[in-house]
Amino acid sequence: MAGLTANTELLRQILVGFVRDEVRKVGIRKAVLGLSGGIDSALVVFIAAEALGPENVHAVCMPYRSSNPESEAHAGLVAQACGVNFSVVPITPMVDAYFEMFPDADNMRRGNKMARERMTILFDHSARLSALVLGTSNKTELLLGYGTLYGDMASALNPVGDLYKTHIWQLSEAMGVPREVINKQPSADLWAGQTDEEELGFSYRQVDELLYRMVDQRLTREELIAAGFAAEFIDTVHAKIQNSHFKRRLPVIAKVSNRTIDRDFRYARDWGK
Amino acid sequence: MSDFTAVLAQIKPKLGCVADNLALIEGRIQRAITDKADLIVFPELALTGYFLKDLVPEVALRTDSPEIARLRELSRSISIAVGFVEVTDDYRFFNTALYLEDGVILHLHRKVYLPTYGLFDEQRYLARGERFRAFHTKFGRMGLLICEDMWHLSASYILAMDGATTLICLSSSPGRGVEGDTLGSAEAWQRLTSTTAMFLNSRVLYCNRVGFEDGINFWGGSEYVAPSGESLARGRLLEEDSVTAKLDEGALRRERIFSPMLRDENLFVTMQELRRIERERRL
Repeated sequence: MAGLTANTELLRQILVGFVRDEVRKVGIRKAVLGLSGGIDSALVVFIAAEALGPENVHAVCMPYRSSNPESEAHAGLVAQACGVNFSVVPITPMVDAYFEMFPDADNMRRGNKMARERMTILFDHSARLSALVLGTSNKTELLLGYGTLYGDMASALNPVGDLYKTHIWQLSEAMGVPREVINKQPSADLWAGQTDEEELGFSYRQVDELLYRMVDQRLTREELIAAGFAAEFIDTVHAKIQNSHFKRRLPVIAKVSNRTIDRDFRYARDWGK
Repeated sequence: MSDFTAVLAQIKPKLGCVADNLALIEGRIQRAITDKADLIVFPELALTGYFLKDLVPEVALRTDSPEIARLRELSRSISIAVGFVEVTDDYRFFNTALYLEDGVILHLHRKVYLPTYGLFDEQRYLARGERFRAFHTKFGRMGLLICEDMWHLSASYILAMDGATTLICLSSSPGRGVEGDTLGSAEAWQRLTSTTAMFLNSRVLYCNRVGFEDGINFWGGSEYVAPSGESLARGRLLEEDSVTAKLDEGALRRERIFSPMLRDENLFVTMQELRRIERERRL
């Protein structure tokens, strides 16, 4: 599929330019991001290092006690490979203190809490270091809603939010992300043995093929079936997109005035920049 | 008519900051004057930035504003084509391009085709221009187009039929499409400017901005396309640049002799058929 094969040189130029321009225009020179050991944050840290210089990039690894130890090792490897600042801030004490009050919380609640705990640490580091928080959610997970609202989905700037997972793999290869990180099974790493693809029920490659046609090319359901996608798969994915749409929008404001924020009070975020 | 030198100022305006952008524009003009250029072209909305939304009324200028007066003054030393938001006495706001020469506004073009699809939302905020007119300059007859205008064949066609031999297109084109050898929008535009030049045996001066606004990149790639359709000078992709183009009168003359399509264009047939279509559409 041509659309899922990106010109990585061009992509790199645009995304590096994006980070450099959008960070510096607000009068800031640094960025901070969570480095999980997975491929998405590894790619973003490579982009940021090239855009701002590795000395201006702070990568924070925030493991929980159930995180795979390999993740922290991979995060360190990535930070070393691109020469950025690296620190480890474990979240076990804060998360466990909270769930002592709610011991019967399920995995989803625990996972969301961990993601939001990490968010608070990144935004505190943002103030501490005078650095913008970079997001690492890719287009596949944003469309499927496979992320935590106000958790890993929170950031100031996201260079990879318009890249499908398939693009993330391609660009990571081109930018020299360590092989171990590219090759491993994608995982939210919220509990032992968790993998994205098992949890989602399909592979990233399969769903990217579908999403590209459904979202980017706007093929109809009939056209998608004719292109060889199972009706059930199409419907499942469509429902995921629709049901997670609230995560991709700002909170809904009840309109009472003539000029409501974001409805008829409309300014670009780069207003005056 | 003689040869002349044009500079395409591939700048990065700041969104909503007229004073800063005027300073940036003045800097480029002074440099072009020093370099003895005859004409300098700036991008669409160079004085304001592109995704203005509700900023439109806040950054709009009257044609008799001090900012435009300053640019008029500078045009005593070099001809200038520049884009801004114009406000009229009846408080309509236009996406406007000016051609300034010898201290006067020689021509004012208001963007006719305001894109309101995909990532564009111009017609929500701006009023539509209603004319395409060629005009005389020191360097021959010219026509102004603003970005989307050029995607309508009729716009360039009208200007060429009105005698323009140089088409100047001011642009703020967002970059998208990363599948091919080059950026999708750059490739599409290059095909368009080249084809337009070739069809109309006219030169095209295309000036596009760079920089990012809310994550959207503007890809630059400003270029001079000769009447043969060949791109003779092209700016860098995605980076600030200044493109100097030598416009050779002889090349225009020769092209019009070799490929006299425009001479043979039958205005009578075209008008007759367009009138018929108009009539039939009304039924």
